[in-house]
Amino acid sequence: MSVDKDTVRRIAKLARLAVPESRLEPMAGELNGIFQWVEMLGEVNVEGVPAMTSVVAQKLRWRQDKVTDGNQADALMINAPGGEDHFFVVPKVHE
Amino acid sequence: MNAPIKNKLLKGETGEWEIVIGMEVHAQVLSQSKLFSGASTQFGAEPNSQVSFIDAGFPGMLPVINAKCVEQAVRTGLGLKAKINLRSLFDRKNYFFPDLPQGYQISQYKDPIVGEGEVLIDLKDGETIQVGIERLHLEQDAGKSLHDQHPDNSFVDLNRSGIALMEIVTKPHMRTSEEAAAFLKKLRAIVRYLGTCDGNMDEGSMRADINVSVCRVGGYEEFRRTGSFKSLGTRCEIKNVNSMRFIAQAVEYEARRQIEVIEGGGTIAQETRRYDSKLGETRSMRSKEEAHDYRYFPDPDLLPLEFEQSWVDAIAKTLPELPDEKKARFVQGGLSSYDASVLVAERELADYYEELAKGVDAKAAANWLNNEILGRLNRDGLSITDVPVSAAANNSIIQMISDKTISGKIAKDLLDIVWTEGGDPRAVVELRGMKQVTDTGAIDAAIEAVIAANPDKVEEVKAKPKLAAWFVGQVMKQTGGKANPAAVNAALKIRLNLPDEG
Amino acid sequence: MSDLTAMTLAEARDAIRAKTISSRELTGAFVSAIEKARPLNAFITEAAENALLTADAADKRIASGQMGALEGLPLAIKDLFCTKGTRTTAASKILGNFMPPYESTVTQNLWDAGAVMLGKTNLDEFAMGSSNETSAFGNVINPWRAKNSNVNLVPGGSSGGSAAAVAADLCLAATGTDTGGSIRQPAAVTGRVGLKPTYGRCSRFGIVAFASSLDQAGPMTKTVKDAAIMLKSMASVDAKDSTSVDMEVPDYEKLLDGGIKGLRVGIPREYRMDGAPAEIDALWSKGAEWLKAQGAEIVDVSLPHTKYALPTYYIVAPAEASANLARYDGVRFGYRAEGVRDITDLYEKSRGEGFGAEVQRRILIGTYVLSAGYYDAYYSRAQKLRTLIKRDFEQAFELCDVLLTPTTPGPAFGVGAKTSDPLEMYLQDVFTVTVNLAGLPGISVPAGLSENGLPLGLQVIGKAFDEATMLRAARAVEMAADFKHSPARWWSV
Ligand SMILES: [Mg+2]
Ligand SMILES: [Zn+2]
Repeated sequence: MSVDKDTVRRIAKLARLAVPESRLEPMAGELNGIFQWVEMLGEVNVEGVPAMTSVVAQKLRWRQDKVTDGNQADALMINAPGGEDHFFVVPKVHE
Repeated sequence: MNAPIKNKLLKGETGEWEIVIGMEVHAQVLSQSKLFSGASTQFGAEPNSQVSFIDAGFPGMLPVINAKCVEQAVRTGLGLKAKINLRSLFDRKNYFFPDLPQGYQISQYKDPIVGEGEVLIDLKDGETIQVGIERLHLEQDAGKSLHDQHPDNSFVDLNRSGIALMEIVTKPHMRTSEEAAAFLKKLRAIVRYLGTCDGNMDEGSMRADINVSVCRVGGYEEFRRTGSFKSLGTRCEIKNVNSMRFIAQAVEYEARRQIEVIEGGGTIAQETRRYDSKLGETRSMRSKEEAHDYRYFPDPDLLPLEFEQSWVDAIAKTLPELPDEKKARFVQGGLSSYDASVLVAERELADYYEELAKGVDAKAAANWLNNEILGRLNRDGLSITDVPVSAAANNSIIQMISDKTISGKIAKDLLDIVWTEGGDPRAVVELRGMKQVTDTGAIDAAIEAVIAANPDKVEEVKAKPKLAAWFVGQVMKQTGGKANPAAVNAALKIRLNLPDEG
Repeated sequence: MSDLTAMTLAEARDAIRAKTISSRELTGAFVSAIEKARPLNAFITEAAENALLTADAADKRIASGQMGALEGLPLAIKDLFCTKGTRTTAASKILGNFMPPYESTVTQNLWDAGAVMLGKTNLDEFAMGSSNETSAFGNVINPWRAKNSNVNLVPGGSSGGSAAAVAADLCLAATGTDTGGSIRQPAAVTGRVGLKPTYGRCSRFGIVAFASSLDQAGPMTKTVKDAAIMLKSMASVDAKDSTSVDMEVPDYEKLLDGGIKGLRVGIPREYRMDGAPAEIDALWSKGAEWLKAQGAEIVDVSLPHTKYALPTYYIVAPAEASANLARYDGVRFGYRAEGVRDITDLYEKSRGEGFGAEVQRRILIGTYVLSAGYYDAYYSRAQKLRTLIKRDFEQAFELCDVLLTPTTPGPAFGVGAKTSDPLEMYLQDVFTVTVNLAGLPGISVPAGLSENGLPLGLQVIGKAFDEATMLRAARAVEMAADFKHSPARWWSV
């Protein structure tokens, strides 16, 4: 599996990263180097091996259904680069 | 009993077509707080006031699951007669949108909490069909973007962000717009009975995405036989149909559109469409179509969701009687299948009916509820939960009709009085002297008074026996409507010496 | 006392309790040391004023006899821990001047124990790096220099600022986070102790996430005893982190001096790597001898999937990171690009301008390995490999109680020496990353100097949640190594 310029463009789009046209080719090269190295995992027979879903042997902790949070619209907004009247503001979205 | 296939076909230019419908319903879990945070789920709060830093996707924030939401999902699964999975996984569904603060939705992809189940739906013509449930999974709701507040900007409110949803996915087992609407109504009834979702479509607590495809006659049968989707047409998904009213319209329009496209030599592109209720049409949402690749993977912030069968069994013990069971009981009590299915559609209505029908004839109670109570509620724009006269009070009215204490006509007047003025019906009947008069002495006296006042009519009635009805009316008037009409008839016949025909 | 800043955490604690020094004096000494050490660029944010105020408050509590376990002790905090009201950057432009309205559980635990925060230390951007050269706030310089050299060396990474601060006596101890070796590797190349606890021992709440299934906070200290003291306060069972494990936190300091008689120490043969410098192997063998001399039994063990650990890591960590870093989108906090056309443009430019090159590379790797058609070949396979790697350790731990390995493949290297080839940089974590994949505790202890006079570390790996035994073994290494070296203070002349 080889990563080309178009693949980098497609992944960059999925990841919402503006990668300048001039960086696509070199990035493809860098990624290829890494993926070629990773190919060695193909050597291992993983048949019947369960994929790890948690590294700790513990049951998921459950929370009680109580309202314990909220009412902090001001605190939510202090870091907002676009904010008005307790709303986050973004360029108009066309759905 | 299955209606002939014929009734389910749509006619096109080149022949008949079958419609195949599947649904994905998002039902908001009834809980105090969100799926992974302690913020409130209450509807209609000030913007961003019910938002934790978890819901807003702030750095370092971690999800912790709400036990109640897990219980509600299991409860719903049991109500759908579905397989409960004792181990399920939460996955991240990755995409960018301003109302999705984490940049991913925590959902369940490969291993949902609930597997296959079924829902029975009753159609008007008496047919009952079974709609298969594919799965139910838990996931987070997104926030809300407001687009009409500013010419260039959208405003984002995250109050909804992180609220627990159950996504319920059906198999493509519906074949008419009526079935689709009936399914959603039934599903809504079930979750409301269970208390797991309030079913409030206006507030967005229940939203349906409808998958519609069309195929030539026989395709659906083949699909059911082989399980192969190849025998079905390409489907389009109509997103977020938010009103019961529009479901049938949207399905109908979309099926006709697809048939036209195919008959015109075109092909259906698998796409997402939106229903515009003003224009009554579906439109492609191309903007949402661009290369979706959600990159699902198990959320490393959460461990697998696991619980014991004994816990599921304990929940099963607390399940209320559900619409199907209630309906069967009502039918056994003497109601028609259709009447029963209408009554059980709303738990409150069914509860009201049960109270109303205590110790009286089931059919009489159902009629009284349908004709008198629902009629008045409808007139006043009220729902069954705010009916001003209790079921017990109405029950006593029905009892008074059946033991002939009052006539059917008086009963309606009586209901009007207690509807507006309140009061115990029996006391009102006593107080206002509304009891039906069966005492022959009193009736005879009234007859004598009418005869004495109208000697000319006495002569006429002998020639024209039909005039007897006029006499009955006069006697009823004389007794203030309280005389038993049958008794008046009998007495008049004797007194006026009328022939014994009907 | 001649040089307050040279004290260990334990010494300072005892001096404060004996009232021979005040927190104010101690904190003041560190504040001026930090000012003088700015050429090291160890701190992104200095918090001198607040530190002195906190110290005064601690002194009042000390006077009234109410003392927490770390009362009045000045610490440095990696700038990946959210600190309420103090800027938290993750060394990224994209977090801008992010001011957390909340405190991470680990730092809250430290403040509850009475500790004083001197400032927020530099790191690789979003903890992605092994040399602290990816920080948007500039490189950190290792206080150590090679024999007869003026060349600037890297302090390791990603907790490079914390490592430099501890090595240069700019704090008594510091916090770090370790996803693939980010505590142990910088500790090793700066001649200090770095401990990564068992996954789930320290809460991740309020720590800017890199790779959620691997990230773990831990202490960076001057001695093993200090690490034991710090860990006790940092660790807790936290209802706000679903992966925090319900297990009592022992008093590690009390359990430290039991000796290691009869302890079975495993030497994993796969850690002897072709092309590794001879001095690394030699030090490792010496370490085994030290432990044997103190009564331990040396056991040869095998961890057959070792060589797959690093490539596995470079699938799992970027995959998780690609999702964890999706929230940096310029909408609710952090950097937002100017002059954007629409929402997509806002995302792409804010993220394109806000993230540095290494972070972007890892986001792209992660996005790729999760994308349609590649998930099974990469991500799913990597998670299966992880199961095998964990099994390796479980089997090895049937034969031994702890493992002894080198920490790094070599000493600190020059600034810029490995930045052109990402793979060469990734190899820095070859001995540490297995531990993260298996969720185990690991500790690096300074064990000697390289030929060119730079510190080298040995790593002790413990069983899950058995940090106490691991610390005892580390203490034995520390005593035998008797590492007394410190860097010359070239920066403050
Ligand atoms: Mg869906
Ligand atoms: Zn959904």
